[in-house]
Amino acid sequence: MEINKDLMAASSTPIVLAILSETDSYGYAILQRVRELSGGRMEWTDGMLYPVLHRLERLGHVKARWAVAENGRKRKYYRITADGRAQLAEERRQWQAVDATLRGIWRGLSLAIPDRQVAAPLPRGA
Amino acid sequence: MATPHDAASLEDQIELWRSYLRRRQAIQSVDVAELEDHLREQVANLGAAGLSTDEAFLVAVKRMGELDALSREFAREHSDRLWKQFVAVPADSGDSQAASRREAMAAFGFATAAAVALKVPALFGYGFETNDSFFVRNASLFVLPMLVGFFAWKRTVDGATLGKLAAAFVGAIVFANIHSFAPKSAVEVLLAMHLPIALWLVVGVAYAGERWRQTEGRMDFIRFSGELFIYYVLIALGGGVFTSFLMMMFRTIGITAEWFAVNWLVPCGAAGAVIVASWLVEAKQSVIENMAPVLTRLFTPLFTVLLVTYLATLVLTGRGMNIDRNMLIGFDLLLVMVLCLVLYAISARDPRSAPGSFDVMQVVLVVSALVADMVALTAIGARISEFGFSPNRTAALGMNLILLVNLTWSAVLYVRFLRGQKSFTALERWHTDYLPVFSVWAAIVVIVFPLVFGRATAG
Repeated sequence: MEINKDLMAASSTPIVLAILSETDSYGYAILQRVRELSGGRMEWTDGMLYPVLHRLERLGHVKARWAVAENGRKRKYYRITADGRAQLAEERRQWQAVDATLRGIWRGLSLAIPDRQVAAPLPRGA
Repeated sequence: MATPHDAASLEDQIELWRSYLRRRQAIQSVDVAELEDHLREQVANLGAAGLSTDEAFLVAVKRMGELDALSREFAREHSDRLWKQFVAVPADSGDSQAASRREAMAAFGFATAAAVALKVPALFGYGFETNDSFFVRNASLFVLPMLVGFFAWKRTVDGATLGKLAAAFVGAIVFANIHSFAPKSAVEVLLAMHLPIALWLVVGVAYAGERWRQTEGRMDFIRFSGELFIYYVLIALGGGVFTSFLMMMFRTIGITAEWFAVNWLVPCGAAGAVIVASWLVEAKQSVIENMAPVLTRLFTPLFTVLLVTYLATLVLTGRGMNIDRNMLIGFDLLLVMVLCLVLYAISARDPRSAPGSFDVMQVVLVVSALVADMVALTAIGARISEFGFSPNRTAALGMNLILLVNLTWSAVLYVRFLRGQKSFTALERWHTDYLPVFSVWAAIVVIVFPLVFGRATAG
């Protein structure tokens, strides 16, 4: 399944913040976690994660530090700040509102999602 | 699995990949290091899953994303790294060469227009000698519309915005000329000084275009203003040397060229140079890009030492300040200087780096300037209540209070940043949001002062 670009971009902030609120992490591990959580349905281009992390850092939602990883290389770790947690709570409220709205509509549309097979529309007045 | 040969070729490939990344202006070496760490882990994991080193490298690079798209994404986030290029990814070289030639021609066209405009009133009998007052008031109105025109052309501003920009200038022309003052009266000089400050906001809107509403767009405009000032001073120095050679050489053959220098070369050159300098700031960015920040680094410690020593001397010797008419203006200039040092330090600073000793020095600089200014204000407060509000004193006091508010809150935000309570962006936003206040105050001086102080003659 392909998720469109706008949706990916909009959801990147809450997803990254939420993953960092579990534990401090670094780029590669964050992407692994996204794959795991979405069951492979959300495929980010790896490099695109970094500008997102840098933006969150600039806004003060996360703090970064360089540390030596277990393999002996230097690695940049990110940690969520109090600001970031507040932002995450705010994002969560907004996404829940969107989610609730959509759920309401889905329920109203009694038809189940046809799995890519669109039934031929009935002729009017038939 | 991985043989020594494999490992060597992997290192070569990573080196090559790294060198490609480094060529992108928007991706700095610390980012490259971060991406490289990612790439290596990806390669290692794919290798563990059974891929050969070569295959693993190819897959890892592919997953990292296309270089162009990646560099565009970095450029969007780190616009400060290529702040002059509104288009983050440079166009093809052939295309961009033609574009830059067109731009140079446009810049010189607008510069010539400004120079010619300055001499047009002479056709109607408004010469420099006879109508001093006319030129004092309208000086900025010959130059800034051309500058705005240049940016409007360059950014292809839409019709509605163009109308608003034009309306601002029409308003400026009206307010600059409806009143008649005694020549060289205080109100007239104040008007001439404040009109360009008020109109600089209009230049900013034309310069930043859509990005005027964003912190980054305004920050770019602040950077641009500083670099423009430096370029202008350099051009003025060159112009001075050129003019003196011109006069010296003609004197050797018995011709005095002074009339030409005074009436043509200097005024027209000064007008045109504003547009040429603006164009240079954008076109030759890499040459001078770091000039304002370097000067800031150089002079921040000096000014800090000066202010701290001054305050210490004031306290230790118990001397009072000599109050004269220029003191308040002097302190205004001091605060402007400090504000410039703070602004250019901020504009060049990577918002993500942690607080350092230079930041502490900035806070000391701001706080000591504020203390000195408040001592001066209390000293002059008594004087004003004694002699009343002259136009000069009111204008100087108003500007002083505006600067005081700005710097006080900057100091508060800076201290919070040093303590780790606020991100640096809050400080940036405060400064960019405050920009219009200066222009609004200048507009008040231009519009309201002649009405209030119109009849007063001396300041």
